Amino acid sequence: MIPVAFDYSRPAGVDEAVQTLTDAGEDAKVLAGGQSLIPMLRLRFAAPSMLVDLGSIGEMHGVREDGDDLVIGAMTTHDEVLKNPLIRAHAPLIAQATATVADRQVRHLGTFGGSLAHADPAGDMPSVATALDATFEIAGPSGRRSVAASEFFVDYLTSALEPDEVLVSVRVPKLAGWGTHYEKFNRVAQAWALVGVAAAVRRNNGTIEEARVALTNMASKPVRAHGVEEALAGAPATAESLAAACDHAAEGTEPTSDASASADYRTHLATVLTRRALESAAGI
Amino acid sequence: MTTISMTVDGVRYDDDVEPRTLLVHHLRDRLGKVGTVVGCDTSNCGACTVLMDGKSVKSCTVFAVQADGTDITTVEGLAARDGEMHPVQQAFHETHALQCGYCTPGMIMSAVDLLAENPDPSDAEIREGLEGNLCRCTGYQNIIKAVREAGQAMQTATAASPEPATSDAGNGVPGQQPAATAPGGPAHTTAVGEVRT
Ligand SMILES: Cc1cc2nc3c(=O)[nH]c(=O)nc-3n(C[C@H](O)[C@H](O)[C@H](O)COP(=O)(O)OP(=O)(O)OC[C@H]3O[C@@H](n4cnc5c(N)ncnc54)[C@H](O)[C@@H]3O)c2cc1C
Ligand code: FES
Ligand code: FES
Repeated sequence: MIPVAFDYSRPAGVDEAVQTLTDAGEDAKVLAGGQSLIPMLRLRFAAPSMLVDLGSIGEMHGVREDGDDLVIGAMTTHDEVLKNPLIRAHAPLIAQATATVADRQVRHLGTFGGSLAHADPAGDMPSVATALDATFEIAGPSGRRSVAASEFFVDYLTSALEPDEVLVSVRVPKLAGWGTHYEKFNRVAQAWALVGVAAAVRRNNGTIEEARVALTNMASKPVRAHGVEEALAGAPATAESLAAACDHAAEGTEPTSDASASADYRTHLATVLTRRALESAAGI
Repeated sequence: MTTISMTVDGVRYDDDVEPRTLLVHHLRDRLGKVGTVVGCDTSNCGACTVLMDGKSVKSCTVFAVQADGTDITTVEGLAARDGEMHPVQQAFHETHALQCGYCTPGMIMSAVDLLAENPDPSDAEIREGLEGNLCRCTGYQNIIKAVREAGQAMQTATAASPEPATSDAGNGVPGQQPAATAPGGPAHTTAVGEVRT
């Protein structure tokens, strides 16, 4: 279908983008790679009065090091993330999960920031950012602010971003000495996760010192599996103790039932996939 | 209306478009590039795939205004001026990699994109590389075969040509982008220069 008519603007900088959004009012929307927004516009699920295209804003592009963190520009495409040496070296969890996102064509245009701002609970980046305790750097009419991943995702397709705010970049800590893994279960013809699990584990020889686990598509926003994390803190790094901890994987989740999977099946998947993700991350 | 300028299959076009115009509609309805087709209109099937600055995109999921200033290659721009087919087209022809042919323009463009990054893909890499393209007829077997054979033919041609080989680019090496220029190498570039408004 053809989208509803809208005005179009392509600002050259973040401040200009915020100004344009503020001037245009609540019905204006940011356009990043368009790989989620354009399908929604075509189905007329959304009908913004104006699109503010971030495509020409150089400062929102690319990945840089800042001390113990990586700062990833929101407009860095999935394809660029996948090939970026800093991400491969310091945040391989992001690279591994990004490789499972959609297909080559969508990865060429879809952006890291767009897939977070979209806040789709079935998206892979939100749970990865949640497991990594990422920080979201946001520009708005009253200046810049930072929001923790635990606060950024609010509900289904709803983030902490106000209509006149732009997600500029995302800060993720370099995880030195951690093992990480993204485990995803999807149907062959569609890359979207039925359930996904992002895991990071820090070991000290035979002991697990710390584990972080976040689940994709098990609620209206990404969920941290706190029960699993607590069970693993100080636990022996064995297959048995991992399996026992995974009994807590679905605690606090609210999975939906749809044509692809029932809520019960999703609960089962969460337990199995968490075990697999942790075994790979812990090298067991 | 917004004025945009893009190069399509070697020819520059300047046009006024409504911002809501999708690239695929601009290509087909305004520029007459009907080789690029619409299959699903839901961003799933890949039939509408073109190269934008050398990278495959679904042209039903790009606004024409986003393609302002870019270089677009459609399936119509692959063959040489004298009609000699691009190696990927030739391989699809020879291995019977199509039945109804509706997915073929997109399959070929995705295969060209994949081979530019990974000149010698395994069958598994071809299947994964073409995951954004759906075919309802062939069962994919001959498509995989065509891409494998096209890759081999292109490597042989590169080895035989006096030009420096570009085949070490890409191949999954972090940070390395393969040459994002005319698919198929210099023999297949079309003349540039005509301007249409
Ligand atoms: C066929 C298909 C398969 C897919 N499969 C997967 C998959 O398996 N896993 C997965 O995770 N995703 C998948 N996706 C979605 C894909 O990852 C998108 O790239 C991503 O969700 C949106 O990124 P974008 O840059 O295209 O954002 P857009 O579509 O441009 O924007 C999405 C939303 O975020 C807002 N927004 C974007 N950027 C910003 C910003 N910087 N500041 C403020 N607001 C912003 C927009 O206003 C809009 O509301 C798929 C998409 C398609 C079409
Ligand atoms: S028509 Fe564009 S993906 Fe199907
Ligand atoms: S040949 Fe008919 S859809 Fe592929």
